[in-house]
Amino acid sequence: MNLFVILLSALLVNNFVLVRFLGICPFMGVSKQVDSAIGMGLATTFVMVVASAATWLIQWFLLEPFGLPFLQNMAFILVIASMVQLVEMFLHKTSPGLYRAMGIFLPLITTNCAILGLAIMAVQGNYSFIETVVFALGGGLGFTLALILLAGIREDLEFADIPKPLQGAGIAFIIAGLLSLAFSGFAGLV
Amino acid sequence: MASLWKDFVRGLWEENPTFRILIGLCPTLAVTTSAINGMSMGLATAFVLICSSALISLLKRLISDKVRIPAYIIVIATFVTIVDLFMNAYLPELHQVLGLFIPLIVVNCIVLGRAEAFASKNTVIASVFDGLGMGLGFTWALTLLGSIREILGAGSVFGYRLLPEGATTFGIMSLPPGGFITLGILIAVMNMIANRQKAS
Repeated sequence: MNLFVILLSALLVNNFVLVRFLGICPFMGVSKQVDSAIGMGLATTFVMVVASAATWLIQWFLLEPFGLPFLQNMAFILVIASMVQLVEMFLHKTSPGLYRAMGIFLPLITTNCAILGLAIMAVQGNYSFIETVVFALGGGLGFTLALILLAGIREDLEFADIPKPLQGAGIAFIIAGLLSLAFSGFAGLV
Repeated sequence: MASLWKDFVRGLWEENPTFRILIGLCPTLAVTTSAINGMSMGLATAFVLICSSALISLLKRLISDKVRIPAYIIVIATFVTIVDLFMNAYLPELHQVLGLFIPLIVVNCIVLGRAEAFASKNTVIASVFDGLGMGLGFTWALTLLGSIREILGAGSVFGYRLLPEGATTFGIMSLPPGGFITLGILIAVMNMIANRQKAS
């Protein structure tokens, strides 16, 4: 039950993009087409789960026992960067098709602040290993959901008559605001 | 000297990270619930930006091309840790409010972006001026965003009341949707100004 609450909270109530403001750069950058939004969302979810598991182990078996929590930022970002590199190499070897499809998105995941934010939040919340993984899964799927929603709306906007200064980022932010308003309706669900 | 001035002003308007290039958006939206929060976040980022630009520019001959990104990230993470610990010790209330977004300066694309695009190719002095300009450009953008949201959401700016007691305020402006909508409208206004400048 508790795990389900964590999943639902990360997915809807405290959606990473629309409520916590994490991962806004890819949210704006890769939300022009639904296809690329799905690819980016799933790749990010995968890295989130793997990286949060790895950072959990590092935090509780390396940094805490040796009294080094102040190295957290540095250790985590290096782990995430190498995880992304590893995923990239693994995909390149095992499924070249998927690797080509994700192409440029993969290296960009390193600078997605949702991943580092998630790792730090999991430590601050004192989550157990399983809880951390579920939290990461919920966060990643929430990110994917927000990305697909915005991409779907932006695809339709191609045909809308938007005032010139608002075109592009301006209108995208206002739509994101409305989406965020809609998501605030989930508050109090868990 | 003239070129240093150019490096400095570029970040303030022409290549303003928030309004023109649209990078570093997460802290931009998350911490600008009030003017003071926006300004502190901007200054913290500016400090990291100036220090890491200077150090990376100094080290540019020592860092081999293949490992440059991890090397830059370590330099940046060092300065972020300094800011994090400093604020935790001397400004605990502010540290509490900005919370998660202080460690997240590490992954702020502005810092890594300037390291890669400017500091790794230019002299130390030029990099410091570039970092200063970009940092202050980021700071004024955050302060403006924070002020607008604070005025509309709470009727005050930097904690001073502007609107009379009991005036209608929009609580939504302090919440996440207000951040997105304010930034969207501000970007449109900045585009309009830039288009006018180009036309004249």
